[in-house]
Amino acid sequence: MPLLEARKISKSFGGLQALNAVSLAIDPGEIFGLIGPNGAGKTTLFNVLTGLYKPDGGAVLFNSVDVTGKKANRVVEAGMARTFQNIRLFANMTAVENVMVGRHLRGRAGALGAVLRDRATLAEEAAIHKRAHELLDYVGVVRHAHALAKNLAYGDQRRLEIARALATEPKLLALDEPAAGMNATETRSLRGLLERIRADGITILLIEHDVRLVMGLCDRVAVLDYGKKIAEGAPSAVQRDPAVIEAYLGGALP
Amino acid sequence: MDIFLQQILNGLVLGSVYALVALGYTMVYGILGLINFAHGEVVMVGALVSLSVVELLLGTNLGLPAPLLGAVGLMVAIGVCMTLGFSIERIAYRPLRRAPRLAPLITAIGVSILLQTLAMLIWGRRYHTVPALIPPTPHAVAGATITNVQILIIVVSALIMAGLMGLVHFTRLGRAMRATAENPVVAGLMGVNINRIISATFVIGSALAAVAGVLVSSNYGVAHYYMGFVLGLKAFTAAVLGGIGNLAGAMVGGLLLGLIESLGAGYVGDLTGGFLGSHYQDVFAFLVLITVLVFRPTGLLGERLSERA
Amino acid sequence: MSARRHALVRWLQHDRRAKWLGLTLCIVALVVLPFALDASVGRTWVRVIDLALLYTMLALGLNIVVGFAGLLDLGYIAFYAVGAYTYALLASPHFGLHLPWWVLLPAGAVLAAFFGVVLGAPTLRLRGDYLAIVTLGFGEIIRIFLNNLNAPINITNGPQGVNLIDPINIAGVSFARTTPLLGIPFPGTHLHYYLFLVLAALVMFVCIRLEDSRVGRAWVAIREDEIAALAMGINTRNIKLLAFAMGATFGGVAGGLFSSLQGFVSPESFVVWESITVLCMVVLGGMGHVAGVVLGALMLATLPELLRHTAAPMQQQLFGKVILDPESLRMLLFGLALILVMLLRPAGLWPSPTRRRELTSARAPGAV
Repeated sequence: MPLLEARKISKSFGGLQALNAVSLAIDPGEIFGLIGPNGAGKTTLFNVLTGLYKPDGGAVLFNSVDVTGKKANRVVEAGMARTFQNIRLFANMTAVENVMVGRHLRGRAGALGAVLRDRATLAEEAAIHKRAHELLDYVGVVRHAHALAKNLAYGDQRRLEIARALATEPKLLALDEPAAGMNATETRSLRGLLERIRADGITILLIEHDVRLVMGLCDRVAVLDYGKKIAEGAPSAVQRDPAVIEAYLGGALP
Repeated sequence: MDIFLQQILNGLVLGSVYALVALGYTMVYGILGLINFAHGEVVMVGALVSLSVVELLLGTNLGLPAPLLGAVGLMVAIGVCMTLGFSIERIAYRPLRRAPRLAPLITAIGVSILLQTLAMLIWGRRYHTVPALIPPTPHAVAGATITNVQILIIVVSALIMAGLMGLVHFTRLGRAMRATAENPVVAGLMGVNINRIISATFVIGSALAAVAGVLVSSNYGVAHYYMGFVLGLKAFTAAVLGGIGNLAGAMVGGLLLGLIESLGAGYVGDLTGGFLGSHYQDVFAFLVLITVLVFRPTGLLGERLSERA
Repeated sequence: MSARRHALVRWLQHDRRAKWLGLTLCIVALVVLPFALDASVGRTWVRVIDLALLYTMLALGLNIVVGFAGLLDLGYIAFYAVGAYTYALLASPHFGLHLPWWVLLPAGAVLAAFFGVVLGAPTLRLRGDYLAIVTLGFGEIIRIFLNNLNAPINITNGPQGVNLIDPINIAGVSFARTTPLLGIPFPGTHLHYYLFLVLAALVMFVCIRLEDSRVGRAWVAIREDEIAALAMGINTRNIKLLAFAMGATFGGVAGGLFSSLQGFVSPESFVVWESITVLCMVVLGGMGHVAGVVLGALMLATLPELLRHTAAPMQQQLFGKVILDPESLRMLLFGLALILVMLLRPAGLWPSPTRRRELTSARAPGAV
């Protein structure tokens, strides 16, 4: 039973067909890669899956529940969290505060609790603090817990974003180019983190350009080109697929 | 039936003025993503400056024909407003181009208040009568009346709008303006002097505002330091109605809003069984605004916004 | 700073006993303030402080909307109007009803909150500038209706307003008269002062608690990056509505108190200028910072009276005549203040550390 299923997703912007009947299915526990040349529609597909865009056609099923067109916060509630290609941290909040915002969804204290600071609210706040620190430790940035997010090193910011997404207790973590801008060492370290996340029972969907990372990490891979899925399968097979090669490198010279 | 036609004519006159002012709002919003709250006040300054010039000239008894005095007043008003618009952008908005969106909005309100206060100090709080430089001879049109002044308003506005469209679509400056509105960063990389273009946008918009101020004060025969506020709000509504950033939209929106307000004010008494009177006229514009923003925020003709907006 | 003064400051900041001493002195000062003002500068100043405390409540309410959640509301005074008219219409000869304050203040608050939700539900998803204009329009609509709903059925009594509003009456003590308590005569202005002081402190307390909470964090997240907040599971619509409703509630309560203090309300008290004044208080004091906002409110609420006492005579002395009447001077200063604060010190006079970071760091040199 697939955890996330996209059925014939289509999306156009004005005259541009960004996605054309794209289907894929991700099984629980796997690390699934989404690759393709720039402009292929990968982030657009991400945005549709995570509820930031409404698709023009098709359906998204998460955990067998239809979440097509539901607002992003409902999708997160259902169990799918994401990070962004251009890092969207809360720049002027500290690292730990960023992760605490991630815990918002799983908390209940409202305005009344905030004012009264009753026992239940205080317990919840303490739990939120604690969990935030744990997650910062998990991704390896706990020593920067009280630094402002915008002052963190680039690699640490990417990790922080992952910690924040993990705070929402996702079943599936969707990462948009988590290794962008990282050097080889950082990428190796990131790979270790992602493997640990998968070992802890969270399915991962990944957009990436780093070939080595995709080959080494992903169980399966889907390739998009001009809004259409042109290949799917094990990384080694996809790598040799002539349609894929053509999409990346262009056709053979005449 | 003739009240209907009369309201239509009134609506067109009103709408022409709204369109002129709306163009100023829409051009600035299209490029900067900013509501120039002070724009309504520029209209007010245009009206009052022109009035002062005309009164001055009338006082000197040079015996010049009245329409000429009007033209001189208009020219001076345009000059003053263009300078004013340029200064506002330079002093209050340019330093805040990279600040969070709330900041220039608040500054704009501050500029608006400042201008109102200065106008109040210079021209006083009273309502000033605008002398009729062109005799408002009424003409009968199928049971309704329209005066010379009103015809002039419609014609002048139409000519100016046509001129602006020509400028924007057929000149180098216009091309640069459209490019900057699309994507300022790329336009800059292509050699467009962004700062100059933005200044030009404000200056052109302010010139239009001056004309609108003179026209509207001539139509109603009165000018007042507070006249810019509500007019500005309504003109912005018109810009949104037509599609913000879209020049044709501002014109269509202006005319449409004028018609809606005119017809609404004329018929609201009948529609509500006498419960609401025509002093609810202003409410129509606000209701239109809320309705448009809730149901069709991109406006009738669609938005044209730059990526930064 | 000399070594002795340094030591003193450190003592005040860290020694618990010093803190309690400081707090006690403050409370004593606040309690005797009305009598001190009476004896020195006159009772009008106590009334000024009464109004200043109302403005403080308003500014704190608007601060939740603008400062905490980052939503620019330019028609905030409408909620003040709702609370004021609810009280006025139901506790005066207008309809012949004389409901007590402990029914009407909550009623006004609830009705204001209702209007807040009705206004906010369709409009809070609009981008910032649009929201500003829409709220401005809403504020004006409320005023126009208050001004015109006197025919054919007289609901609001139109531009004449409602007068002879019942004063607050607690345990038989009417706030309109002077009552001897413990042998000391307490005039109505003083009684109002104590009530408003307690309520303003309560509002401050609620705001401070809200700031450091799950809801408060959500507001900051939305302010920083609404899409990211949404993508983290925050129901941005509801959280924004909550900010709006809470702000409206405080406005409504302040409105009811205003009615009972003045004994008279008219649509004139709820013009756009008032919304802008409250905004000025929030912006000037320190957007998002409770203490700063209180400072801004107290400063700007007492300014008109100060100007009246100093500006006119001073100009008379210097120039022989008054060039700028206090009203114009006030408007001029407000306009300049909004511009200068945003250009030079956008986080306000007394900013919170977070806000100063947010509002100044975005300033990068160079054009576009």
